[in-house]
Amino acid sequence: MAVLQDVSAPPAAGLRPRGVGRRERWQRRLPLLPALIYTIVVTQIPFLVTLWYSFQNYFWNQPGGATWAGVSNYEQVFKDPNFRSALVRSVTMTVIAVIVAMFLGVLFAMLLDRKFPGRGVVRTLIITPFLIMPAAAALVWAGPMLDPNFGLLNWLLEPFGVHHVAWLTTHAYGSVIVVMIWEWTPFMTLIVLAGLQGQAADILEAAKVDGAGAWATFRELTLPHLRPYIELGILLGSIYLVNVFDQVRLMTNGGPGTSTTTLPFYLYQQLDYAFNVGGTAAAGVVTVVLTIIVASFALRLFARVFQFEEAK
Amino acid sequence: MTAIPATHAQVQAPRRSRRMREMSGLAGWTALGWVVGIGFFIPVLWMVLTAFKPESAAETWPPQFTFSPTLSEFRLVFSGMGPYIEHSAIATIGSTILVLILALPAAYALAVHPVKRWRDSLFFFISTKMLPIVAAIGPLYVIALKTHLLDSIWLLIILYAAMNLPLAIWMIRSFMLEVPTEMLEAARLDGAGRLREIVEVIMPIVIPGVVSSALICVIFAWNELFLALNLTVTNAATMPMFLISSVPQEGLYIAHLSAAATVASVPVIIVGWIAQRSLVRGLSMGAIK
Repeated sequence: MAVLQDVSAPPAAGLRPRGVGRRERWQRRLPLLPALIYTIVVTQIPFLVTLWYSFQNYFWNQPGGATWAGVSNYEQVFKDPNFRSALVRSVTMTVIAVIVAMFLGVLFAMLLDRKFPGRGVVRTLIITPFLIMPAAAALVWAGPMLDPNFGLLNWLLEPFGVHHVAWLTTHAYGSVIVVMIWEWTPFMTLIVLAGLQGQAADILEAAKVDGAGAWATFRELTLPHLRPYIELGILLGSIYLVNVFDQVRLMTNGGPGTSTTTLPFYLYQQLDYAFNVGGTAAAGVVTVVLTIIVASFALRLFARVFQFEEAK
Repeated sequence: MTAIPATHAQVQAPRRSRRMREMSGLAGWTALGWVVGIGFFIPVLWMVLTAFKPESAAETWPPQFTFSPTLSEFRLVFSGMGPYIEHSAIATIGSTILVLILALPAAYALAVHPVKRWRDSLFFFISTKMLPIVAAIGPLYVIALKTHLLDSIWLLIILYAAMNLPLAIWMIRSFMLEVPTEMLEAARLDGAGRLREIVEVIMPIVIPGVVSSALICVIFAWNELFLALNLTVTNAATMPMFLISSVPQEGLYIAHLSAAATVASVPVIIVGWIAQRSLVRGLSMGAIK
């Protein structure tokens, strides 16, 4: 059965970490240390170096290496309208994609929660967009699907009066979001489906006997039950989607103009086209600080959603 | 149930109509399910279909649904992808093995004989997942350059392992929590040491979970593009980069691209289809059983 982990009773006294000897404490700690040290070294050091470079004047393509720059990189970042718009765009794209994907995810999950012939096959079909390599998905959408001259979408929409629309030039922003949604709806579907299947059947039966309508049952019983699953899906989806890069790089290359330049793509551009290590680092630091603010809320939500099961 | 005796016919009529309603309801749900499923699958289907077209049939209006299938684009892809698929395989398998080596003991230390601050440790691991790696890409490049790891497969193994480690720790921990406390206590009463406890009690129970965690790591490592694009050139270029290279500056390329995209995606799609049941648990980092 699919259930979110419950808070269980406190662990047996003999197994508790409290009141254990020094030797025992180290014995417990030892297996954790390799992973802890590895994670600190590989994920934290680059950010410390980023902090250092953010105060340096350093361009790839210029000889002489790095020189102290004070806060000038930060001044540049805050003055750069492209940074601000990339930041806003990242947030709005993530919010739209996550909400729509979750909405579709709930609908699909309700559908898959019913028994019908071929349900397993349909579920398999629905999860495939999540498994396909994002770079492959982006290129296939950009070419065979959305091309103005031979794209399948234009052909499918022709009966509805759509003629050879150049989606990636005229509706770049929407097109990238559609692909993000297409890839992440399966993820939401699976999580919500797990929630639906963990719902007690007798309660739904009782509601039916009491004469509750389908909508009332959904609103009063199913939705509250699904809430932690929906929160979890939104949280995890946001963590991944805010870093979306492949689709932007391969479908629109941030354009036309800067209309699809998200924060990850902006940073990539600064580095790859402007060779600006110092400036990129400063933008990175600002991004990290903003992320930490958001993440501290997210972590609180995490603690609530997971309702920590006690260790043994 | 009504107490008034009813004739046979009176009972039969409403029952038959309810059955009819149920049947048509089922047909409706079935149709809807299949329409949604296939609709969602169309881009994948179109990719595979286009991969079998000759280049001249791939860029026509209206799009062609009947054509004489050819394997020529696949042949081209197979002849060109050698080093890329090798790099991808090494980076994916290598990083997944490294993840397991690090995550298994860590999960044990957070679940079975927990360290005092296991909650903080768990949060530390997951918080690294929230830091945008893109923000540190410049310095990562410089570090890689100075440590002579730039454009090396080792770099990808190290970074992919760090990327998947939090996920694996959370997931494997959730499987270890399912080992019944009584079994651990019984083993201890038998005088089993930590090692025997791990080998004889814990491992048999968590192995299926470890396998599904590994599959999730494989999926994410195989599909990764950003780090590979920025930190590798030729010696460690992976399948996503092969895909990008299959889009030329000019000429017809749609069939070729589709074949490359199909070949690049199929391994992970199959892994995902097989691991369907454990996918949810892995993606929710063990929150959902």
